[in-house]
Amino acid sequence: MTFAVRSATVRFGDTLALDDVTLQVEPGSVVAVVGGDGAGKTTLLRTLVGEVQLERGEVDAPTPEAIGYMPATAGSWLSLSVAQNMNFVGGIYGLSGDALASRRDALLDRAALRDSVDRLSSQLSGGMRRKLGFSMAMVHDPPLLVLDEPSTGIDPVSRVDLWRLVSEAASAGAAVVMSTTYLDEAERAASLLALDGGRMLASGTLQEVLDSFDGAIARTATPHRRAWAWRRGRDYHEYWPTTAEVPLDAAALIPDLEDVVIALSLLRGHDRRPTS
Amino acid sequence: MTSSGAAQVHPAVLLRADRVGRKFGGFTAVDDVTMSVGPGEVVGLLGANGAGKTTLIRMLLGLIATTVGDVELLGGPPDRERRTHLGYVPQGLGLYGDLTVRENLAFSTQAYGAVPPDLPEALRAGAGRLVADLPLGLQRQLAFLSALAHDPEVLVLDEPTSGVDALARAALWDTIHEQAEKGVGVLVTTHNMREAEQCDRLLLMSQARLVAQGSEADIIGSTTAVAVRCDDWARAFAALNEAGQPVMLAGRDVRVADADADRVRTVLADAGVTADVFGVPATIEERMMVLARAPEAP
Repeated sequence: MTFAVRSATVRFGDTLALDDVTLQVEPGSVVAVVGGDGAGKTTLLRTLVGEVQLERGEVDAPTPEAIGYMPATAGSWLSLSVAQNMNFVGGIYGLSGDALASRRDALLDRAALRDSVDRLSSQLSGGMRRKLGFSMAMVHDPPLLVLDEPSTGIDPVSRVDLWRLVSEAASAGAAVVMSTTYLDEAERAASLLALDGGRMLASGTLQEVLDSFDGAIARTATPHRRAWAWRRGRDYHEYWPTTAEVPLDAAALIPDLEDVVIALSLLRGHDRRPTS
Repeated sequence: MTSSGAAQVHPAVLLRADRVGRKFGGFTAVDDVTMSVGPGEVVGLLGANGAGKTTLIRMLLGLIATTVGDVELLGGPPDRERRTHLGYVPQGLGLYGDLTVRENLAFSTQAYGAVPPDLPEALRAGAGRLVADLPLGLQRQLAFLSALAHDPEVLVLDEPTSGVDALARAALWDTIHEQAEKGVGVLVTTHNMREAEQCDRLLLMSQARLVAQGSEADIIGSTTAVAVRCDDWARAFAALNEAGQPVMLAGRDVRVADADADRVRTVLADAGVTADVFGVPATIEERMMVLARAPEAP
């Protein structure tokens, strides 16, 4: 079945944290929720796991015991060892004895943590701690896996490892929702949802997001309107409402996700089309 | 604003390490690294955690001594006087959370004898707010502003864009490029390999050594990857994963880092999976993964 949050609006006091946001995830696939600090990623994930109530909209999610949730705070107890963390969480889900041991060992093997079973979580590197958090979220083999920024602040090699673990979970049939600040992770997912200030900037497969972008991006050495241009290396990329408006000294290009997300963020910020 | 002293004349090299090494007890954190940053250059320093980036930076800044080799900042040892021509934004940003935006700026500029700059529009509304209450993107902007207020000639940035959205990241890179165009030399670390394109030159560290430098293509070198396109990606993934291949998902494709296309074809055929298999250029991350797994740095 498809898990989803549909047309979700969430308010914390006077703050509109989510404004009409829809997220869908199929079993055996990864959906990336991408955005910066304060975009609403965590709030959206928490609606899916039932920690946040909607003002409007609906949630289609399994019962809590069928969800694996890794919060952005990494989700392990720092003063417990790797094995103790796994045993504790496994126990909560009713695993014990050989079943728990074999599940624990298999997950720690995959995460390359078998040699660290007796180390305290506090002694692990950031990347290892995220892999432990991931393994804990996976202990009961949940059909829905919700990962809040599993890769923030860890190095590229650990990110590749984590992405492999996430891929593995999806290939085994889990529906995976993960938030990230990295656009390349969003590109690698089966589909993505870009959030900005609690609103949807774009959603769909990478190709759908790129194809649905309405406007033109041109490369230029000197931007014509500074407010609509951003750097890509020493050159600028500049947004134009239509290809016909791209000036002669600029070259229209095929935008990538970075260009599209920046252009959509600028458009949202201005909330209107620029005049050229 | 004045930035006085001998360093007004730009030396050809602003930051230099010459066969530098650093040991902590029996552990070699940096081994035989030679590198430099010139005026107007944006140099990206890449590497996994533990590769030695932070130790190298701390030696370049004169915060720790080298075990062997020499470092130079603005043509001489990185002493107190030369460090006043340096702007540094550490990973933790170095701001005081319980001071306001304006107070933070006053404090840091006073330390350098500089005049607090005008706040950009984005920060003006929050000038009286405590820094701890600001969104991360604005905190990063403020850290930049503090580091730039005394017109430094060298800028060292440790993961300046971590955690912020695409637009805030673009704004920070605008600032970095503006500084470079004024002649400032910039050394920047990042974990976001997409930002490699923002740098004029890249340095890649692995296991304490500088293992590659130059353009993105120079960094990737001869490392390749294999892409697998197939209707049943989950089976392809499972088969390759079981065969111990470093496999991951890329959209609906499966990617194998540092693999041989024929070996991948064999594994898939043995598992009865029909797929298109083709070689593709590796990414920087894949190159780093291959290096990190190598028993010894090449």
